[in-house]
Amino acid sequence: MLWRFDRNLKNTAVVDENGASLTYAQLRDEGRMLCQHADGRCLVFCLCRNVMGSFVGYVSFLNGGVVPAMFPADLDRELFNTLYQTYRPKYIWAPVDFELEDSCCRYERFGYCLLQTPFGDATRLSPELALLLTTSGSTGSPKLVRQSYRNIRANTDSIVEYLHLLPDERPITTLPMQYTYGLSIINSHLDVGATILLTDKGVAQKEFWNFFRQQQATSFGGVPYTYEMLDRMRFTRMNLPSLRVMTQAGGKLSPELHQKYAEWCRDTGRELIVMYGQCEATARMAYLPWNHSLEKIGAMGVAIPGGSFELIDADGSIITEPDTVGELRYHGDNVTLGYAEAAADLAKGDERCGVLDTGDMATRDADGFYTIAGRKKRFLKMYGNRVNLDELERMLKTAFPAAECACAGQDDRLTVYCTDPAMLPQMRAWLAEKTGLNVAGFFPVTVPEIPKNEAGKTLYKELEKYDA
Amino acid sequence: MSNQEKYLNAFVTALEVSPSEAPSLVYGESKAWDSVGHMSLVAALEDAFDIMMEMDDIIDMSSFEKGKEILRKYAVEI
Repeated sequence: MLWRFDRNLKNTAVVDENGASLTYAQLRDEGRMLCQHADGRCLVFCLCRNVMGSFVGYVSFLNGGVVPAMFPADLDRELFNTLYQTYRPKYIWAPVDFELEDSCCRYERFGYCLLQTPFGDATRLSPELALLLTTSGSTGSPKLVRQSYRNIRANTDSIVEYLHLLPDERPITTLPMQYTYGLSIINSHLDVGATILLTDKGVAQKEFWNFFRQQQATSFGGVPYTYEMLDRMRFTRMNLPSLRVMTQAGGKLSPELHQKYAEWCRDTGRELIVMYGQCEATARMAYLPWNHSLEKIGAMGVAIPGGSFELIDADGSIITEPDTVGELRYHGDNVTLGYAEAAADLAKGDERCGVLDTGDMATRDADGFYTIAGRKKRFLKMYGNRVNLDELERMLKTAFPAAECACAGQDDRLTVYCTDPAMLPQMRAWLAEKTGLNVAGFFPVTVPEIPKNEAGKTLYKELEKYDA
Repeated sequence: MSNQEKYLNAFVTALEVSPSEAPSLVYGESKAWDSVGHMSLVAALEDAFDIMMEMDDIIDMSSFEKGKEILRKYAVEI
């Protein structure tokens, strides 16, 4: 059992945007009922939205020893089918309008349905395995991150400690719950008996702020794009007396916005906490203590309690000098078991043994604070979601075999290069559909050719000269 | 270009939808009009009518029809 709800039975665990709420006692009882219907440890696909049914399902399964694999409810159907055939879950926990052939509903609650599939207990699960998450939130590959009970416990303990979480916290959801950062907010606050304010609405919607004010939210988390939106809306002029803490993760916040929000927080008696993490480390690896947020603009902080970092140079040795770029390596009990790419992988044990090569390049200053300097591999963060450029390019070439194309770009701006301008609109529409990201994030660029070296490898640096 | 055309055009270019789809759109109910689309839309409307929208109006602009009502506050008649 991950959470001990019996310490906080009378506290309100969750309030949704319709005003419905559950105490910890009710949440525990709902969980028992749901897990009884699931009838023992097995694999369940959870199709997530920030609504009561989805929330109760996740919490109940995780606490009841059932392994949830978390996907967005609006996941592209073709991708769903691939995942479904790959992992063969015993159940799908989905909104009641979700249709699935050869399935029957075993239990229905809060607008969600426990659909039994024909697979039964076909998929074997390692006893350590607690939870499965996608690395990107929404892109194509069936690759999942395997998180253990120990991982989630360790990361929850660290987060509760460095954020000093108490039962009077009322975090409002701004991130999808299948997304590791959004989930870590839920996990850590449930652990202390706090009240989660659950909404599917976003910061650009009036209903979100009505709910925020009505329910006196005390904190929220945002990816860099959230802060850009808030800035665009001149958020700092809003009157939000209940707000105490804002956290940030899911990519590097621009130094300008970091400074602006750190100053605003200082001037209004609030805390801005910049953080760093990855799904492969359950959620969190580092945080910048709020009282350092102004003196360390651009930094992501220090390792969380229980974790540690090293910087590795090109020869594989540990860098000891300050202000030297190296690959960031993390040690801690929150380093996840490994990946899964097939059903058989779910029976595997720990493949990482507490060590994670993050793939991020970083520096450490003389005071011991870390700053992300770049990435080792070709991937981007799109509105907080990781997008693997090589993988996306492969998918694009499979879908458009006649096209000469390539993908590159920067965070929140993915460039699609193609030699045939007529194909670019279709490619953008296809990418938006497959990734679930807004089409505005994909910039089309027509090029005379895709530059390659003698070995046939694409020269991405040379493509940049065609950028508008 | 008439205000009506400018208004429609802002939706068509910002959300990348057809002129026939635009009038029935509601924020959050289509992939085109998500938070990212919303920010593009606000920027397009501000450019088209040379206005600066207040936060309360930005978050209140939840549909094609509602947007027309809001722009009236900025002395823009659609």
